[in-house]
Amino acid sequence: QKVSVEVLDHLEHLALVDFRDLEGVERLQKAIQFADQLLEVNTDGVEPMDSVLEDRCLYLREDDVTEGNCTKDLLENAREKVEEYFLAPPGNIPLPKLEE
Amino acid sequence: LAPWIPVVGLEIHAQISSKSKLFSGSQVQFAAPPNSLVSFFDASLPGTLPVLNRRCVEAAVMTGLALNCSINKKSLFDRKHYFYADLPAGYQITQQRVPIAVNGSLSYSLCIDNKMSQMVTKTVRIKQIQLEQDSGKSLHDDTRSQTLVDLNRAGVGLMEVVMEPDMCCGEEAAAAVRELQLILQTLGSSQAVMAEGQLRVDANVSVHHPGEPYGVRTEVKNINSIRFLAKAIDYEIQRQIEELESGGTILNETRAFDSKLGCTVPMRDKEGKQDYRFMPEPNLPPLILYDAKSLPANMNHQQVINIDWIRERLPDLPSVKREKLVEQYGILPEHSFTLLNEDGLAEFFESVVKQTQMNPKKVMGWILNDFLSYLKQHSLTVKESPVSSFVLADLLNLLEKKEISSTAAKQVLAELWKGEGKTPLEIVKEQKLELLQDQKELEQICQAVIDGQENE
Repeated sequence: QKVSVEVLDHLEHLALVDFRDLEGVERLQKAIQFADQLLEVNTDGVEPMDSVLEDRCLYLREDDVTEGNCTKDLLENAREKVEEYFLAPPGNIPLPKLEE
Repeated sequence: LAPWIPVVGLEIHAQISSKSKLFSGSQVQFAAPPNSLVSFFDASLPGTLPVLNRRCVEAAVMTGLALNCSINKKSLFDRKHYFYADLPAGYQITQQRVPIAVNGSLSYSLCIDNKMSQMVTKTVRIKQIQLEQDSGKSLHDDTRSQTLVDLNRAGVGLMEVVMEPDMCCGEEAAAAVRELQLILQTLGSSQAVMAEGQLRVDANVSVHHPGEPYGVRTEVKNINSIRFLAKAIDYEIQRQIEELESGGTILNETRAFDSKLGCTVPMRDKEGKQDYRFMPEPNLPPLILYDAKSLPANMNHQQVINIDWIRERLPDLPSVKREKLVEQYGILPEHSFTLLNEDGLAEFFESVVKQTQMNPKKVMGWILNDFLSYLKQHSLTVKESPVSSFVLADLLNLLEKKEISSTAAKQVLAELWKGEGKTPLEIVKEQKLELLQDQKELEQICQAVIDGQENE
């Protein structure tokens, strides 16, 4: 089963990933086929598990200020900054549509 | 033309009043140097993990209980994915599948026909309350085609309160939000100051004809005050009706309210339907809450949240406070609303009543007609008042003892408002406002006036 142009376009838009070349599209299809093997398992009557942590205790932290005040360290990683702000392009730039 | 039924639902985000953030230990504070209240986790640096703040959970439980919700003893965290510069992780941690509280209600009151004397009580159903992270702030610089990002707000705890679409106009929505604001402030779970972004309201609006299915709804954002909330909703209802009546259609879109123009406009960045690709948050186990019955014996107290313990310690909610004021002092219900609507006014009123022999209903008259109007004229809060409850009580006592007339009392109050530190009695003496009680003296004055008339 092939992945349609619409689905590819939608995925690229959501994940900001470029599947542009044929190799990328083929790799995606192979990955889907590999994952589809999960559908062969009979899960009738089995409660879905969404985390291996489901039996663990969720640790609750006391409401104290223990972090922050490291503006310089954080901004060191930024490629572009203005005074003490991170700099980003204006809004979300939509990707051009995938041509057939 | 067939009548239109407007349908209004609200999504309210209330910033939790806590010292540190929902999943990290950086400080929560309005107006600080950019990116100074940001931890490595808030900036989404690799290798960091969320750690849940106990105080935030308690705030959500308190709020759920105050809104008559069922508290879910097991709730889950999820990731909601979307790309935006002020969301460094590319997802927000929220509670989409099983939130902390569900199925509550909020009662609020409205005046019919703008007459305070006719109040009607309405109820709006609360669908759910969920814990989630706030995003950072984007400052758009259109001239230089760039966005400045400040992550101080990123990761602050929010309670999202989702209301069912049980309202039909701006006035109802405004009244419901006002009551929610008072409840949150009373609980202390959120300071709920809209001007500081601690309470944000998005409205979902649609219209339809009776008997027909609900119309397409639009989402209205960027509403900065309760007054604008009513305006924005009423504008949008009108806009939709006009659009439909002239043969147009309503797009399922997000619109922003422009307070200067008083209208709603489509929002540029929210075009098209969003696919948030919700998934369970893999780094957080389920949140388990306990009550008196299910309390585990051997657990560390600090790790246990007991719903019953929190319920027992809930303060009197605004509706209860109002009832008590009416019962205790015999004031009118609509006056109890006024007392609670103004921060500190109810306490001020009770303080004056304690210090004077004047009937509380009469005191209420002075509070409403004179004290409150002075405050409004000078844009002051009760806390900033130059006239203290002690001083006002002192003045009202002079009136009660018939040492001055009501007119004179108003004059003295005007003088007291200058805040020069004089006592009411001093002002009365200065301006010679004492009431004459002596029969003989009064007769002499009257006689002199009559004599004076005869001479003309």
